[in-house]
Amino acid sequence: MSQLLSKKNKEALFTPIGKNNPVTVQVLGICSALAVTSKLEPAIVMGLSVTVITAFSNLVISFIRKTIPNRIRIIVQLVVVAALVTVVSEVLKAFAYDVSVQLSVYVGLIITNCILMGRLEAYAMSNGPWSSFLDGIGNGLGYAKILIIVAFFRELLGSGTLLGFKVIPDAFYAAGYANNGLMLMPPMALIILACLIWYQRARNKDLQEK
Amino acid sequence: MKALRNYLDKIKPNFEEGGKLHAFRSVFEGFESFLFVPNTTAKSGTHIHDAIDSKRIMIIVVIALLPALLFGMYNVGYQHYLAAGLDGTFWQLFGYGFLAVLPKILVSYIVGLGIEFIVAQWKKEEIQEGFLVSGILIPMIVPVECPLWMLAIATAFSVIFAKEVFGGTGMNVFNVALITRAFLFFAYPASMSGDAVWVAKDSIFGLGKSLDAVTVATPLGQAATTHLPEFNWDMVTGLIPGSIGETSVIAIAIGAAILLLTGVASWKTMLSVFVGGGLTAWLFNVAGPDTNIANMPWYEHLVLGGFCFGAVFMATDPVTSARTETGKYIYGFLIGVIAIIIRVLNPGYPEGMMLAILFMNVFAPLIDYYVVQSNIKKRMKRLTVNK
Repeated sequence: MSQLLSKKNKEALFTPIGKNNPVTVQVLGICSALAVTSKLEPAIVMGLSVTVITAFSNLVISFIRKTIPNRIRIIVQLVVVAALVTVVSEVLKAFAYDVSVQLSVYVGLIITNCILMGRLEAYAMSNGPWSSFLDGIGNGLGYAKILIIVAFFRELLGSGTLLGFKVIPDAFYAAGYANNGLMLMPPMALIILACLIWYQRARNKDLQEK
Repeated sequence: MKALRNYLDKIKPNFEEGGKLHAFRSVFEGFESFLFVPNTTAKSGTHIHDAIDSKRIMIIVVIALLPALLFGMYNVGYQHYLAAGLDGTFWQLFGYGFLAVLPKILVSYIVGLGIEFIVAQWKKEEIQEGFLVSGILIPMIVPVECPLWMLAIATAFSVIFAKEVFGGTGMNVFNVALITRAFLFFAYPASMSGDAVWVAKDSIFGLGKSLDAVTVATPLGQAATTHLPEFNWDMVTGLIPGSIGETSVIAIAIGAAILLLTGVASWKTMLSVFVGGGLTAWLFNVAGPDTNIANMPWYEHLVLGGFCFGAVFMATDPVTSARTETGKYIYGFLIGVIAIIIRVLNPGYPEGMMLAILFMNVFAPLIDYYVVQSNIKKRMKRLTVNK
């Protein structure tokens, strides 16, 4: 057990969620973070889907990493990712149809998510299956965390709801409060994301350029 | 004056490092240099000092804005009394408008300057004076019924995200006042456009009377939705519904004269905005689609909406406009062209001036770059010919 969660594995699992977040530090996966975060529910589903796909594609590629010829490794990685994306997409259609309609093409476009290819190339190709699997989960959750924070503010301020439930009381609206329409547009997602990056860089001095 | 100077000198030590009011150092410094031209000089390198500094320039712009602001206040009262069917004296009308507009000016200055003071204190810098002008521009480019809390949020947003993150006054890419308006326009469209926001509805201290929903469309709004308004001289004097400061061409012309005579704004930018807008509108008259707004005569396009206001006070902003002399012509001309294109071809935005200026703000550095490059190329050619 101690080996299963050695220091290295712990790092692989936890640093992407906090200090080395794929979205706020490496600035990957921005397009989908803008596209699916106007409501909280699709953002959660999207985050979980990406977590499952990164984890299992990392696992599979790590198992076969020594047999993949170096020249065609990108194609092999893409085949694995594409297969997993198709599975996730079909599962969503079967069990969460409404959300999959809201996510529309963005589930299919997970295949182009830079985080996936980045982790396969940078981690799974040179590490064992178990730590690769943890690394995949860590990066997926790091991505999901940012998506959920962005979606939380956008849905709360843009629609006055959370997960579809009304949270801003009617008395506010009666007193003249109005939902912020800009929050539902992609530019505001970018600005919230920028604030998160700002916050993280202000907290971690070693992320700042000299 | 002497007494004021002496008083400032007397309280100054309190604000120095270690003084008991050190936390308000930037506030003190801001007011001191606002009242008196600072006597500090550059300590190294070449320095040529003009007698005028940026605080004095800002004050000239604020003075140039006053005619439009005062007229806007009168017009707010005029529109309210007209909608209420009341008769009022000049001073009642003006007083009503003054009381309706004053809270907006206060909110804009308190929020904007508050953020500036905090940032200056935090970064241990001097107060930057850029908000003097933005603070008065913001209430002038919103409809009178825009709620104060929205104005406060929008002002805070644009001071932080359009100015401070870029490095403060003089570093901003976009015009701060226009970002405030753009934020309001996209975030709260119901309070910024349509036909229910242009006339004040409440009675203030017994002046005017409370009205239920008054719907009055601006001339541009009419052209976009129902019919083409006939040209009349109210459009020039400014007794039409619209954002607070933008309606009167005459008051804006007085401001333009002040800016041009003092050399604060560039006549090249101003003129070319009008030329670009006029030409485009004329082209639409001659060969455009057969819609109301495309058939609107070119001179009507120029006097309606925020066109004049934008051309005189926004496009000429020295920070966000092109800086090369040739570049100013190109920059201004394209603002005029794009403003009219947005008005005519996009019925969703009856007013195109805000978006046109913001759009060209992005391109100003590019225009400057190519003007400089072509100048270099021209002179290189001359060099080789002479050899």
